[in-house]
Amino acid sequence: MKEKIIEFLTEIRPEFDFAESNNFIEEGMLDSFDIVTLVTLLDEEYKVSIDGVDILPENFSNIDAICQLLIKNGVQS
Amino acid sequence: MNLKFKNKKISGILSILPEKEIRFEDELDSYNFSRSQSMKLKLIMGYDKRRVVLEGTTPSDLCVFGLNYLFDNGHLAKDDIDALVMINQVPDHFMPATTQVIQGKLGLKHDLYCVDIPQACAGYPMGLNQAFMLLEQEEINKVVVLNAELLSLKVSPSDRGSRPLTGDAAAITIVENDPEGGPIYGTVNFDGSRADTLIIPAGGAKIPSNEKTAEMTTDRNGNSRALNHMVMKGDAVFNFVLNEVPEMIETLLTYAGSTKEEVDYFMCHQPNRFVLKKLADKLKVPYEKMPYNIVELFGNSCSPTLAVNLTHNLSEKLVNDSLLVCLAGFGAGLSWTSLLMKMGNLDFCETINYN
Repeated sequence: MKEKIIEFLTEIRPEFDFAESNNFIEEGMLDSFDIVTLVTLLDEEYKVSIDGVDILPENFSNIDAICQLLIKNGVQS
Repeated sequence: MNLKFKNKKISGILSILPEKEIRFEDELDSYNFSRSQSMKLKLIMGYDKRRVVLEGTTPSDLCVFGLNYLFDNGHLAKDDIDALVMINQVPDHFMPATTQVIQGKLGLKHDLYCVDIPQACAGYPMGLNQAFMLLEQEEINKVVVLNAELLSLKVSPSDRGSRPLTGDAAAITIVENDPEGGPIYGTVNFDGSRADTLIIPAGGAKIPSNEKTAEMTTDRNGNSRALNHMVMKGDAVFNFVLNEVPEMIETLLTYAGSTKEEVDYFMCHQPNRFVLKKLADKLKVPYEKMPYNIVELFGNSCSPTLAVNLTHNLSEKLVNDSLLVCLAGFGAGLSWTSLLMKMGNLDFCETINYN
């Protein structure tokens, strides 16, 4: 799951090394458009619909947070 | 707050779209997106085509054009109009009210009830609520609800969050008494503590427009705008919609004693494709019952966009059939409103181009 998330993040913002950061939002690596794009890619990849109320910046701050979000929305870890 | 009305009906809906069409691809240089990001967002958000007015066109121009179309086609007679209700945030002038500008342009009778309500994207159900209440008066038998918005005039050309989605439009909805009309259920909700979520900071008494309010500044996301422009806190709006709207619709259905399965269509305000698909997922409503194609075809025109949704997607059905329809509007205020009503057998349900 982590590798797939990094793959998507790199596709969206190829200029950043997401494996090296622990706070994508504070470091300005993701904005709200990037989050929307990531959610769409994750929904399609894992055949889920991430609950809209969970689409908050803090749930996209690092790889672990995104993994937790997917698990919460029914993706098997 | 829950509302209930009886013996009322919508007898016709007309949407008026400006004829100037702008394509997202033609504006790419204005936004701080890479080309690949733009193409992704085009699919995800529904950035594509939008309709905007030419400089100098006003909300009253669109409404007068539409009303003359109805007069000319025998759908409406001038003397039958007892009230004009206008929902609008960007008026012709601060003074006088736009309904009275329209009254004057068309030479409508003097004993006409005119009221302008400054509501935004939640405004379509609000206008209908006002019409239903006015129809309780003995001397009011026909109310013309006008939704007209030219928000493109208030969005920065370099605001990539709002500009690619923003369109202009007007809509005319005729509301009448109907002795056989079934119950109409509604909800209205307001939260002024979140007023800055969607706001045009300057231009009113708080911050009068001047040279300083026209100065452009760039935010951390690369959007440039001035205080004279609309500011939308995208994340907050998104979470507002996904938190409040499903709950509102569930409350409405409970109040009406109906189920989601009984509703033929959930016709919502059209902010963008992504939000609407998430809303449908959250409500567990199939996409076919909640159209989300208006932004990509015409742009989000604020309160008229719900009427455009009806006239574009359900025109034939609303003329020939009778449907149980849930209408939901949500936006600046913050405001979120809904109605559940039988709609159908309309005298007209059309979309026309302004020229």
